[in-house]
Amino acid sequence: MIKGVMRPGHVQIRVLDMDEAVKHYVELLGLIETGRDNQGRVFLKGWTEVDKYSVILREADEPGMDFMGFKCVDEATLDTLAADVRELGIEVKEIPAGDLPDCGRRMQFVAPTGHTFELYATKEQTGKWGISDVNPEAWPRGLKGMKATRFDHCLLYGDDLEGNLKLFETLGFGLAEQVLDPEGNKAALFLTASMKEHDIAFIKHEEKNKFHHASFYLDTWEDVLRAADLITMTNTSLDIGPTRHGLTHGQTIYFFDPSGNRSEVFCGGSYFYPDHKTITWKVEELGKAIFYHTRELNERFLTALT
Amino acid sequence: MAIENACQISVTNRQQVFKVPKGEPLLMAMEKLNQRAIDVGCRGGGCGLCKVKVLQGDYQTKRMSKAHISEEEAALGFALACRLTPLSDLELESDHFPLKK
Repeated sequence: MIKGVMRPGHVQIRVLDMDEAVKHYVELLGLIETGRDNQGRVFLKGWTEVDKYSVILREADEPGMDFMGFKCVDEATLDTLAADVRELGIEVKEIPAGDLPDCGRRMQFVAPTGHTFELYATKEQTGKWGISDVNPEAWPRGLKGMKATRFDHCLLYGDDLEGNLKLFETLGFGLAEQVLDPEGNKAALFLTASMKEHDIAFIKHEEKNKFHHASFYLDTWEDVLRAADLITMTNTSLDIGPTRHGLTHGQTIYFFDPSGNRSEVFCGGSYFYPDHKTITWKVEELGKAIFYHTRELNERFLTALT
Repeated sequence: MAIENACQISVTNRQQVFKVPKGEPLLMAMEKLNQRAIDVGCRGGGCGLCKVKVLQGDYQTKRMSKAHISEEEAALGFALACRLTPLSDLELESDHFPLKK
């Protein structure tokens, strides 16, 4: 948060069938529906999140990610950071308040990998779902499915990782972990604006603007195993897991929404302070870096993208 | 064991032939038989890994990502096997995903 970016605030995901998608994100992941707009978009959040929504679903012909937004500490920070991004030669568009319901103005730009990001500082706060902010109970009753607590991060695939590293360093992110090829080129970046090991990650890929997954946080490994049971009970498309990542050391399971967008639920993982040295994984050990137990990449991890 | 109401699937580029029950999406029916004639990705019509070209036979499809199957391609018999339900015996080619590693 060195320069005022607080956290991943929202992600807009395109789906082929809204009813099927809502079933996945609400009934299986356990997100809470908090609104719909006149374009048919559906707004969702994890129960511990204080803002009104963090996931936006939009029906379209092609699944994938429209944009990901980071919430900043205040409105002044938006102008400072927008100026810093423009200094890099990247065009920044200011979208007026209300374009996204209950959200303030957004500073939007396209990263060198082709992904659209935005910064905002204001969104209606409805508080944690189902519990008070005075003498709160431990958790609310009535949560569904995996009971995902929050939208945590995205992993995206694209070509110009050096360009993205420069952009995110400009936004005050730290490089917590990286994957390097034998020539020292970056094959993956795990970037954070917080104490989390990653708020956004990128893996090198020949196409621009590809979406690998949106990730949601669970409290325990037991919760990840229970998520695996629910994936089977609902005949949901499994990718891989439950297992542990080498990178970030999080415990994880990957599966797909009904439009082929990958979802992750995970728990645990390392933490980061700005004085931490970047952790390096060598691309020769990529299997272990991605899937710590099998130490083998499944081909899907590198090719199944939206 | 014979499958009632089965459709015979011939995957010509991999020289594999197997029978799937009518009415089930092809890719998932293939997986249940432990056949590996078509690559498996997201199983949701999004990633394109299971792209096939149907050479002969009748089938239905559910909505597929336009990034992988354009209207022109759909008219030529291209489809994603996870969104394709055979209505008759089919002859098809797999491995039409362009970015195969």
